[in-house]
Amino acid sequence: MSTLEVRHLVKDFRLRRGKLRAVNDVSFTLEPGKTIAVVGESGSGKSTVARMIAQLETPTRGEILLDGEPIGRRGRAAAEYRHHVQMVFQDPFASLNPYHSVAHHLERPLKIHGVARGDALTPAVHGLLERVNLTPPETYAAKRPHEMSGGQRQRVAIARALAPGARFLVADEPVSMLDVSIRLGVLNLLARLQREEDLGVLYITHDLATARHFSDEIIVMYRGDIVERGPSDQVILDPQHEYTRTLLAAAPEPSRHGHLREEVRAELAGA
Amino acid sequence: MTATTTAGPLTSPTHAAYLAGQDPVLTASDISITYEVDPPVHAVKGASLTLHRGEILGLAGESGCGKTTLAYGLNRLLKPPAILRSGEVTFHDADGADVDVVGLRGDALRAFRWDKVSMVFQGAMNSLNPVISVRDQLQDVMTTHRPQMSRAARGARSAELLELVGVDPVRLDSFAHELSGGMRQRVMIAMALALNPQVMIMDEPTTALDVVVQRGILREIMKLREQFGFAVVFITHDLPMLLEISDRIAVMRDGEIVEIDTAESVYARAQHPYTRTLLASFPSLTGERGAFVRGGGPATEEGEES
Repeated sequence: MSTLEVRHLVKDFRLRRGKLRAVNDVSFTLEPGKTIAVVGESGSGKSTVARMIAQLETPTRGEILLDGEPIGRRGRAAAEYRHHVQMVFQDPFASLNPYHSVAHHLERPLKIHGVARGDALTPAVHGLLERVNLTPPETYAAKRPHEMSGGQRQRVAIARALAPGARFLVADEPVSMLDVSIRLGVLNLLARLQREEDLGVLYITHDLATARHFSDEIIVMYRGDIVERGPSDQVILDPQHEYTRTLLAAAPEPSRHGHLREEVRAELAGA
Repeated sequence: MTATTTAGPLTSPTHAAYLAGQDPVLTASDISITYEVDPPVHAVKGASLTLHRGEILGLAGESGCGKTTLAYGLNRLLKPPAILRSGEVTFHDADGADVDVVGLRGDALRAFRWDKVSMVFQGAMNSLNPVISVRDQLQDVMTTHRPQMSRAARGARSAELLELVGVDPVRLDSFAHELSGGMRQRVMIAMALALNPQVMIMDEPTTALDVVVQRGILREIMKLREQFGFAVVFITHDLPMLLEISDRIAVMRDGEIVEIDTAESVYARAQHPYTRTLLASFPSLTGERGAFVRGGGPATEEGEES
């Protein structure tokens, strides 16, 4: 079975004084049809893990294996790896080139990875747009990024990641820049694509609620370490580590309305 | 039920009952703000809002709904091409005088801003001046508005302000880049507190922060509100967070306030379809999976999780 596995990943960043261990011994295996969420605060190392998998950073130690084989780091081997593993970035306002049409954004990966060429390109682009619910595709293919909403742009970014025929997607905060009422739509789209195409998804987020609902397993990171991992419901409903509990307690919970005020009042009265 | 109405926002008897015991501090009626571009953008359309002494009023809505524009209108911060087309804003001072905010000009306006109504800006992370120290920025407010204060009094007040927001006063000599995001935000709040305003407008004050830091700052705001009794207009798209901290919530869409009610009523009995959409956009952290079961295909181990 095809897998994307990371083993004992370590990443050190050199600082002016000493070094910073951003990721400390992280291992997990991503399988088709499975979503792993990596949650944590800024600086927890979650994005560094994503960037190492996307080969935007080189691990200090540890390895990344695709189907059991160490991955290619340059030239044709790296291109072959990118054929299988693609990334969706956080900011769809920055990740699409304002000079180019949507069609151009999708044609490039199709050509580069030899998926389609010549007369087959346009139908392939339209097919991709339909898969991400941007219909009618003719209209959207001609648009430029500024003519679309954030959610539509992120759909284009997802289509672009799917274009090479990727089996694994690394989604780094894919909805945190979007308006709240369209976030679930984009997440549901990702979930549907995953189901239909049996994708393995690594979902990097700071949002525990969507991590729970959209993933099978949750990995909680804190200052580079994995402090807790397990099936998503178990991690959220029965957290073991102190940090996971802190994180959960900090998440807004509308049903606790008014509690914070009373807590604060009690604290002031006691002081 | 019809969607948007011109008959004013949806509300409930609970809300009316809540209003009965309240003392207004800022009243805005029939505010319309237009961006005079081609074609003109009607960013706020006939919005009315009353803020009461010591309450936290949440203003919820998504990008482009006009919430920030409305806040700028309340504080007279609109810059062309934005123009206040119509409407009145009245500030009811604690000493009993009513101030017509729209009619303020020149020195009177300068004296009013920050002293009566202060603001924590969106992206406060980046609103500190990078080339002057925290001390100088805090004292700038005092030298402008309280010229009679002595140097020593200003210094003491700056240290006191930082302590109030939970930042060590040694940080007075720091520059913005030496502070973490959460600390910068706290300094911004300290600055907004400097003159003991009666109203504080907070525009997405915690949006760029991590949840744990965000929680700390929300607590701080709640605590300061209890201590000093200022009223807060809290603007954000994060409805669950508003539900947790606000007394009342106004939901804005396309320049109109579509629903206004107590936080409790909004949570339990939201009436406007858009409010319900917003509420449904946040899956519950610990509740039932409900409609969000994503059914992850054959490899999903849904059964083993329970």
